Amino acid sequence: MNDMAESAALAAADYKSGYKPVWCPGCGDYGVLGAVTRALAILQRPPHEVAVVSGIGCSSRIPAYTSCYGFHGVHGRALAAGTGLKVARPDLTVIVAGGDGDGYSIGGNHFLHACRRNVDLTYIVMDNHVYGMTKGQASPTTEPDWDSKLAPGGTGVRSFHPLVIALAAGANFIARAFSGDSGGAAEIIAQAIRHPGFSFVEVMSPCVTFRPEQKDWKQSVRRTGVPETGDPAQAARRIMTDDGFNIGVLYAGDRPVYARERAATVTPAELEAEFAL
Amino acid sequence: MNPPIQTPSRPETLEELMLQALAMEREAVERYSELADMMQAHNNRDVAELFHKMAGYEQHHVDHILKDMSWPADKATPRYAGVWTAPDGPEVVPIEEMHYLMQPWHALQLALAAEQRAHDFFDALVRNAANDTIRRAAEEMRAEEAEHIELVRAWMEKVPQPDSDWAADPDPPRYID
Ligand SMILES: Cc1ncc(C[n+]2csc(CCOP(=O)(O)OP(=O)(O)O)c2C)c(N)n1
Ligand code: SF4
Repeated sequence: MNDMAESAALAAADYKSGYKPVWCPGCGDYGVLGAVTRALAILQRPPHEVAVVSGIGCSSRIPAYTSCYGFHGVHGRALAAGTGLKVARPDLTVIVAGGDGDGYSIGGNHFLHACRRNVDLTYIVMDNHVYGMTKGQASPTTEPDWDSKLAPGGTGVRSFHPLVIALAAGANFIARAFSGDSGGAAEIIAQAIRHPGFSFVEVMSPCVTFRPEQKDWKQSVRRTGVPETGDPAQAARRIMTDDGFNIGVLYAGDRPVYARERAATVTPAELEAEFAL
Repeated sequence: MNPPIQTPSRPETLEELMLQALAMEREAVERYSELADMMQAHNNRDVAELFHKMAGYEQHHVDHILKDMSWPADKATPRYAGVWTAPDGPEVVPIEEMHYLMQPWHALQLALAAEQRAHDFFDALVRNAANDTIRRAAEEMRAEEAEHIELVRAWMEKVPQPDSDWAADPDPPRYID
């Protein structure tokens, strides 16, 4: 037990802001907030050295609830902003967070290229298979037969498989976590932050309002029983053949991480001057 | 979660047992406070107040443990892993059980289940205690949890039972049924 002792210097609570979340009571995103703050406490990274960048959606509210630097940006553009930030300020720990609508729909193209660039940041998607904020439309990860007033009989469209797409596109670390296991998710997020390159953590985070049946995920998820692999072919097999309920690290690779080759040639003040009216 | 994430670690010393208990009580304080905030944000004041009170009771337990062990208020506790058999600590009310229209009776029902789990946790430690010192300490904590169970039961007698349509909302957030 001693190896688990946590240094008392910074506690998870030190990474929470004074703003109280307005998520629906019971929303999985509370567990993700808990996991992110616990992960930062594990790493003992001071809040002013961390930036949390998001898009738009219920889940994308998360930066405001942390005491880190935050940027609640434009729908689907969180990864573009986060990538720019990390390249300009490599000293910061950059966490990009948002929903499945934000990241896989409108932001789907940014997702592919962020994996491919392999910039050293951590991307957390709080996946509830629905657009929560805009009241329950189907998202790319929604099951094709999910019946709702907005998609009677289901969309009939095959679901997006973010983990295998991330692997194919070049992400260096791929994991699945569960908001109802906030402590376990914290361990995974801490490992993702430590791992060099683009780390992708897909967190199953139930939307109790529009997908109340997702409360049952708690009964289905399980820790993956196999050790993590750095072999993409093995990881692909595992990801493609699991039932979507295995949580843990599914791939931890050593693909070359993006490194800025040239130093900046202009200062921010010079850049700003060009736009002065 | 199925199967259990970790097997519980059997405390070998009194210090280990009390660290587990401290972690468990702190988790309960944290969760009840979080639930109170959730309800406050949704203007469900009665339930928010109830959860605040529960957080206060659990804080008494924390203070009690710290005093008994002569530990400082910021005593470091074990991080997640190896302590509980489930993702949440035994005394924690699951977040997904919340409903914005829930009533004090529902909240007490969840609190009762949490106290029962805490009781069972210490009961298991009593039965598997590594030595007499640990057994006696675990018995003491089991007795405290039993007291809590009675307290919550008595409290439930005093609050109205919800009507069957307690969750009906004339202006519901979801229109997809
Ligand atoms: C450019 C643009 N298009 C559409 C929207 C409307 N919009 C807001 S949030 C959202 C989807 C949110 O879903 P998701 O990212 O899954 O987050 P959740 O609310 O489920 O956490 C959409 C389509 C917007 N704000 N901006
Ligand atoms: S609508 Fe769904 S995703 Fe949004 S806060 Fe409510 S439960 Fe969470």
